[in-house]
Amino acid sequence: MNKENTQTVLELSENPLRNFDVEKIRQDFPILQRMIKGKPLVYLDNAATTQKPLSVIDTIKDYYTMLNANVHRGVHFLSEQATLAYEESRLKIKEFINAVSACEIVFVRGATEAINLVASSYGRKNIKEGDEIIISAMEHHANIVPWQMLCEEKKAKLRVIPMTDDAELMLDEYEKLLNEKTKLVAVVQISNSLGTINPVREIIVKAHQRNIPVLVDGAQAVSHIKVDVQDLDCDFYVFSGHKLFGPTGIGILYGKAELLQEMPPYQTGGDMIRMVTFEKTIFNDIPNKFEAGTPNIAGAIGLGAAIDYLKYLNMNQVAKHELDLLEYSTLRLSEIEQVKIIGNAKNKASLISFVLENIHPHDIGTILDSEGIAIRTGHHCTQPVMQRFCIPATARASFAFYNTKEEIDKLVSGIYKVIRVFG
Amino acid sequence: MSELSDLYQEVILDHNKSPRNYRKCENCNHDAEGYNPLCGDHIFIYIDLEDDKIKDISFQGSGCAISKSSASLMTTILKGKTKKEAEELFSKFHEVVTSKIGSEQDLSNLGKLAVFSGVRDYPARVKCASLAWHTMLNALKDEKNLSSTE
Ligand SMILES: Cc1ncc(COP(=O)(O)O)c(C=O)c1O
Repeated sequence: MNKENTQTVLELSENPLRNFDVEKIRQDFPILQRMIKGKPLVYLDNAATTQKPLSVIDTIKDYYTMLNANVHRGVHFLSEQATLAYEESRLKIKEFINAVSACEIVFVRGATEAINLVASSYGRKNIKEGDEIIISAMEHHANIVPWQMLCEEKKAKLRVIPMTDDAELMLDEYEKLLNEKTKLVAVVQISNSLGTINPVREIIVKAHQRNIPVLVDGAQAVSHIKVDVQDLDCDFYVFSGHKLFGPTGIGILYGKAELLQEMPPYQTGGDMIRMVTFEKTIFNDIPNKFEAGTPNIAGAIGLGAAIDYLKYLNMNQVAKHELDLLEYSTLRLSEIEQVKIIGNAKNKASLISFVLENIHPHDIGTILDSEGIAIRTGHHCTQPVMQRFCIPATARASFAFYNTKEEIDKLVSGIYKVIRVFG
Repeated sequence: MSELSDLYQEVILDHNKSPRNYRKCENCNHDAEGYNPLCGDHIFIYIDLEDDKIKDISFQGSGCAISKSSASLMTTILKGKTKKEAEELFSKFHEVVTSKIGSEQDLSNLGKLAVFSGVRDYPARVKCASLAWHTMLNALKDEKNLSSTE
């Protein structure tokens, strides 16, 4: 948390969220009251997707109940209201990541689509034969495959920043990779399978010294740390709404205005044009140029509600709570002899990937599930990471601010049960 | 509600701990590799087929308890069977692990395969259980390419 929250007015108010009472916060998430297989749900799969507060659920319901109309298209009351709410949401996101202007915020389906947009629009236009694109060894497939396809198409080369055994990127190797052929750097801010928080600011500074633009995959970052795209000075930033306590099917591409303006459209059709004749089409301004067709209006408005919710949380206290969870879970899991933690970066988000000697993660997942504990098992869409550590898969517990130490205790008892069953 | 012990039955845990026929078959004339990208289960099946009869069958690889024990149990069942019998057993096995939840299937004539009936309550695990069988079929067809349950 580099920037202090400036909402002093709210700080002074008697908002329970600002005093960070985790039990009160849990009340805001209806699904956390559910029983799974006769046991209270212990939801530790937040890196896959986060749960939604009631305010988000209600906002979506209210939208369909009271406001539903298409946006940017009608002169009638509802269409104007829906457009207003949709654009207001864009403004909230602009403030949330501190973009210069709302026109730099493009609504997409998620982080995956945002990266694909940049690869096909910016990439196709700017990457030429012999050029190089740099990614890192801990990318999600979403930040590998689009670049691989582009490189194949353009006969360009994909270079990879290696990592240490502790799952930290080797910055000296990164510097060696940078050269006059490098045309783009795309890196993940927080790794979804290792938890590593990468020094993206440093990575960006190094790239900018050579005028190379940088895309940051913030899919895992936005829910854990304060993101300021101006401070980072990244050229593109992508994330998904569903990992930020918002709905699925909505995500954000942030791009610096001057870059977005120069980029050709990604998809074409309605809304993204200014004028169409059969001879020629004049495209709309950004961001509409990149939002062809009827967008996910409810999703966008729901994401706005999620950001409103987060605004009321004291992010410093959230960070402290999450750090507590990480430290506590690391400590408790390290006490179990058979556990090996994968990913020991010094700077780590509240996520813990592990393997158990001679027991496959899938079996861990199923046994924990019988205790109502939801974790993710598998390669987490980061197969190169698994190859790097010579393992087929890991079990991953990923925390959000609504998780508790009691839940970690349940995880630990669950792991002992796994060991008993397979012992 | 299904109990965990229905999935991880003693026989399964036993085969997981000490898999049978876990070796490379020296003079096998059929083999195949199977891979489940979802969980990283990776298996090799080796078959020595003589006059349409499975004279020897073995496996190697890495995977979860369900996939490993399924492969192990399969090798013990298929040794000495004809190609046709193996295919019939595959269908039977497939039915055991995929028949609709709650459907009362007659488990009595399934023999050892019945231990996998618990898998049907865990849809995510069906692929683990069937990987060895799919790979075995491919080996019989002598399709040396990678079989996948995806
Ligand atoms: C680091 C990272 N990048 C990208 C993605 C892709 O996000 P989505 O599937 O929401 O497009 C994920 C989600 O798993 C992720 O963790």
